[in-house]
Amino acid sequence: MMSNQNQREMPRDPAVRALIGQAQRMQLSRRKLLAGAGGLGLAAFLAACGTGGGGGSATSAAAAVTDMSESDKNVFWANWTLYLDYDDKAKKYPTLEEFTKLTGIKTHYAEDIDGNDSYYGKVQAQLAAGQDIGQDIMTLTDWMTGRVIRQGFTQELDHANIPNMKNLLPTLKDVDFDPGRKNSLTWQSGYAGIAYNKAKYPKGLRNVSDLWNPDLKGRITVLDEMRDTMGLLLLDNGVEISGEWGDPEFAAATDVLSKQIANGQIRQVKGNSYKEDFISGDAIAGIVWSGDITQMNFENDNQWEFVLPDAGGTLWSDNLMVPVASPRKANAEKLMDYYYEPEVAAQVAAYVNFISPVQGAKEAMEKIDPELMNNPLIFPSESDLAKAHVFRSLSAEEETNFNSQFQTAIGA
Amino acid sequence: MTATGSRPRNKKKPASVHLRSEEELAAERRKRRVGLYLIIPGMAVLALFFAAPVLVLLSMSLYARPPGAEIGEFVPALEFGNYVTVIGAYWDVFLRSFFFALIATVAALLIGYPMAYLVAVRLRGRQLMQGILLVLLIAPFFSSFILRTQAWKQILSDEGPVVTVLRAIAILPADGHLTATAFAVVCGLTYNFLPFMMLPIYANLDRLDTNLLEASGDLYASPLTTFFKVTLPLSMPGVFAGTLLTFIPAAGDYVNAALLGNNRDTAMIGQIIDSRFFKVVDYPGASALSFILMILILALVMIYIKRFGTKELF
Repeated sequence: MMSNQNQREMPRDPAVRALIGQAQRMQLSRRKLLAGAGGLGLAAFLAACGTGGGGGSATSAAAAVTDMSESDKNVFWANWTLYLDYDDKAKKYPTLEEFTKLTGIKTHYAEDIDGNDSYYGKVQAQLAAGQDIGQDIMTLTDWMTGRVIRQGFTQELDHANIPNMKNLLPTLKDVDFDPGRKNSLTWQSGYAGIAYNKAKYPKGLRNVSDLWNPDLKGRITVLDEMRDTMGLLLLDNGVEISGEWGDPEFAAATDVLSKQIANGQIRQVKGNSYKEDFISGDAIAGIVWSGDITQMNFENDNQWEFVLPDAGGTLWSDNLMVPVASPRKANAEKLMDYYYEPEVAAQVAAYVNFISPVQGAKEAMEKIDPELMNNPLIFPSESDLAKAHVFRSLSAEEETNFNSQFQTAIGA
Repeated sequence: MTATGSRPRNKKKPASVHLRSEEELAAERRKRRVGLYLIIPGMAVLALFFAAPVLVLLSMSLYARPPGAEIGEFVPALEFGNYVTVIGAYWDVFLRSFFFALIATVAALLIGYPMAYLVAVRLRGRQLMQGILLVLLIAPFFSSFILRTQAWKQILSDEGPVVTVLRAIAILPADGHLTATAFAVVCGLTYNFLPFMMLPIYANLDRLDTNLLEASGDLYASPLTTFFKVTLPLSMPGVFAGTLLTFIPAAGDYVNAALLGNNRDTAMIGQIIDSRFFKVVDYPGASALSFILMILILALVMIYIKRFGTKELF
């Protein structure tokens, strides 16, 4: 029936015929145009989804950001879980409360970061496009700090706004991923070393190679953080990880890891969740982070012993940075300055149990908890620091290759 | 169904009757247009949340890494080599994922069918019992998938009750363990997807006409014969839906393998995609793997539907 209508005879008048013809063509072209626009939109969408590591655009966009700190009395901080002193009863962060009282700047603290890789995956596209990610401070580990600074994802700090920076430990002042600390400031540091259950393995461990003792078969966990596990394995092979080394050394260390996974000596390779295996008893020993052991010992009556291997452990730090396009840099700098007061740093260290990067925090600790003054995992001795090594910076190429080899070795 | 459903369509006018007036035609067209408008939201959702992501995934999987690129920097290209690389590196993981999913599906069927049968057929008429059992079956869904899997880790841990008992009766060797094994991964998959198997079978068996079973008995069929000749064939649409709903998510799952597996012989493809995407920052490789997974599941499901599919379902 519809077809009858379509087949209706065209009017005789040639002018009207021409008009009708034109109208039909218009309709077609309009549809075409719409389709075209849709296609274009999709193409633009795809282009927007492109992955730009390109630092150029990010920095130029950053230059255009004006600092609103004067009028905008807020500061947004993305940090890791359990990484700031917290009052369970009041449900508040005491040092942040104090900061707001002193400066009138409201703090918005978020435990947003549960892994360097996953956080990078989350914010990378926005940072590359020079967009504000809604945070004025982000806290990332050395190697990731190096990556985001290199990619132009951070703003340069104004040291005049952070006078307390003079309290930064000398060893952390000049790091290869951020010479002169232009864009970053240490939050906390820690070791990766080895630990064992004192009751279940009374003979104890001194070195990474002791983890391969047959009586520990299937009861070992190692970390899925490439630099910590591989760093310890490299050190055990006699490689100075902060110095010159390359593919052959890395391959030799990966062979050790693959072999111990294949023969079942290493039960699992894990991130933060290795703690549960220690507590459940599935794991008796392994490669661990120092701060975790302090915290676990506190909650499970001193079951474990942390050891910096004779061949050396790794020293890592997490660093505060101001992301590109954050409009409240001056507020962020004020907050950094505040946490470099020795008294405040001591208060944080007493809670988080990691190494404080602030000189004078040890003395200030006397008033808070004198016992902690002698905890070598919070205030390390010279001999401990001599055993702690920093993993050297990797080029983009190396980082991709080493990560890929490490992931293959751990079966993922 | 057919009689009532097709009646409006039977209002065919003989060809000789005069054509409908303009107004009638216009009304008809308007009605059709309204119908089209009603589809728009659904199509828009599909376009936005399915078609667009798939296109992005596909284009991303063909991106290339320019020489000297920063980490995470890739440029649009037609790099089909990405597919060759990841297939070469991970074909065995694909095989393992499908194998684990298959075992889990069969296990879930063997466990889920009798449960569904009990609730739907045996307890028919006893609504309180039926209700209690159904709630018990669905209750685990009220807590998080990850938490439940985490709980299995505790249950199966070396010093947990299961391992202790198995060691005592010498089923496990003295240093044997259950967590960090392929066995634990498959158990986790089976447990987590069991309701997806059971509920469609239950929904199907709930409508089973018991008179048919009686009739079968009257014709001297043993209960076993009745089950295999009457009940099972009639419940095939439920079994079919259940197996699909179990197999597809199980093949792509990574929580179970990540929490209950080891680093030697239990990795599933979901884990690999995660590590390529986040750890190695190889976006094209991860996208290619996702795309291959999608195509493989689609192909397997198509073959399955062709071979065993029933009309009632589609």
